[in-house]
Amino acid sequence: MAQSAGPRRSRIFRGGSDINPSWHYWMVYLLPGLLIYIFFMAWPLVDSVRVSFYQTGEGIRRFVGFSNYITLFTDPILKERFWGAFRHTWLFFAIHMCVQNVLGIFFATILTNKTMRGVRAYQIILFLPVTLSILVTGYLWKLLLNPVWTGSVFESMGLGFLSQPYLGMENIALPVISLVSCWQWVGLPTMMFFAALQGISEEVIEAASLEGCSGWQMFRFIQLPLIMPIVGIIAILTFVNNFNAFDVVYAMEGPSGPPNYSTDIIGTFFYRLGIAGEHPVAIPNPGLGATLATVIFVMLTIFVVPTLIKTQREA
Amino acid sequence: MKIFKSQRVQNMHIPSHIILVVWSFIVLFPIYIMIVNSFKTKFSIYDNPFGLPEKWNFKNYQYVFTNSDFMGYFMNSILVVIISLALTLALGAFAAYALANWKGKASNLVFFFIVAGMMLPIRIASIRLIQIVKTLGLLNTIWGLIPIYVAMGFPVSVFIITAFIRSVPGELTESAFIDGAGRLKIFFVIILPLLKPAMATVAIYNLVPFWNDLWFPLLFITDEKSKTLLLGVTRLFGQYQTDWSRVLAVLTLSALPVIILYLLMSSQFIKGLTAGAIKG
Repeated sequence: MAQSAGPRRSRIFRGGSDINPSWHYWMVYLLPGLLIYIFFMAWPLVDSVRVSFYQTGEGIRRFVGFSNYITLFTDPILKERFWGAFRHTWLFFAIHMCVQNVLGIFFATILTNKTMRGVRAYQIILFLPVTLSILVTGYLWKLLLNPVWTGSVFESMGLGFLSQPYLGMENIALPVISLVSCWQWVGLPTMMFFAALQGISEEVIEAASLEGCSGWQMFRFIQLPLIMPIVGIIAILTFVNNFNAFDVVYAMEGPSGPPNYSTDIIGTFFYRLGIAGEHPVAIPNPGLGATLATVIFVMLTIFVVPTLIKTQREA
Repeated sequence: MKIFKSQRVQNMHIPSHIILVVWSFIVLFPIYIMIVNSFKTKFSIYDNPFGLPEKWNFKNYQYVFTNSDFMGYFMNSILVVIISLALTLALGAFAAYALANWKGKASNLVFFFIVAGMMLPIRIASIRLIQIVKTLGLLNTIWGLIPIYVAMGFPVSVFIITAFIRSVPGELTESAFIDGAGRLKIFFVIILPLLKPAMATVAIYNLVPFWNDLWFPLLFITDEKSKTLLLGVTRLFGQYQTDWSRVLAVLTLSALPVIILYLLMSSQFIKGLTAGAIKG
């Protein structure tokens, strides 16, 4: 090929026929993707930090130092909304860790059993909701939980007390929404744990069972320590996804986290503050939105980096 | 007691099956309710929400197809997802080919710079992204979504494909090299055909979030003609609020394409979507 190339072939092709092309040869392959990544992800992320030091509004763009941060943490309404959303996001995270991830590890352990039948079918069913959109899941459960629709069925079974307007109850709405989200995602940690458990060598399990190790002991002292890196990854993914969560609350309650902001999480607060406009002003404030984004970014880093170091050390 | 301890009975794993059957029911029942009630009418869904329809009613589907912008939303989503996926795969494979072959310190740095993007939630950059898309004049078009999805999918794409190319035996490319093939030819003739499984993993890993994304369309698009499927669903949900059988038909229709794909190739889906686990 190279010999027949002739003088009209571009430098790119000729560079490619060296045994070790220099770095600028590879740039041709690398740059198209890299530039899109930089321009639409890396740079906007970093530049959001810069915007957080500016006052933004109609035609105004003025450097104001830490003034946005001070506003976010001292303005009586904003302060209340922020800490409310912060608490709710932690509760949302705690429920996912306790329900979604614990169920995930539990199902994975059951499915790992060699002599068990029908494992494949269970896997397919368990994983099915992961492919649904959160919005569709949210809308569907919103209708299912409406006593007007399903209440009559519960009553006919003598379980009428179960049929409550859960999504309108301040203390219950958020846990219910979290559980719906767990219903959707539980297949993901299940299959990740399953893959990790499959990776444990046969000999380890056999040796342990010869020593009389079984059931809970096997899980606690043999399997769990060996899949610790995956446990760490899943904890991190769960945490990061919590700060991304928005759709499920948007579908089931609306962007302002009713009733009375009791289901307002960081995602919905960010949406109102920086993008849609917060009640009662209803004008978005990009500067404050970027400030909140920076705060989220810092919180994620504080959680993710130590968890990564702690769980991935041996891996 | 002796009987219960026998190996045979133990190997039937009765408690495990009970647990998994109960959970399978919890998973499938809401989906069953959604589909079944979409074939009822406005009022008959209240009679027996959990039962099969007495008379199967296809009017809801007919209505959604003929009297709403549903097909427009659907086509917009298909277009956005296909173009974004194609670009993510192509640009990812080219970049991975470069990173797997380019030897040098800077190569590793660039690789980590890209892969770091897998951990970063792009949504917190939304404030800037709105401004960027607006400056480019792409607000209210589906074209504004594509570069963002490509940027979202690029890190995973590079991560998985680079690892895959590195595992291709060197002799394979070297012998082609001795025969006089250029780098570009080696990529298309030797590497690309081998990449199929890695490409499938990357495609599925990105397909579901691209198809199911509500956030960016919600931020960028208000024009009916440019709305994607999920954004359209939020509108139809509000519009049909008085007729739940119609709402359920919309929900079923928007969930169905991915469910069918999933059932056709479930193992690729499970492998692709759990690819996050190998990130560490």
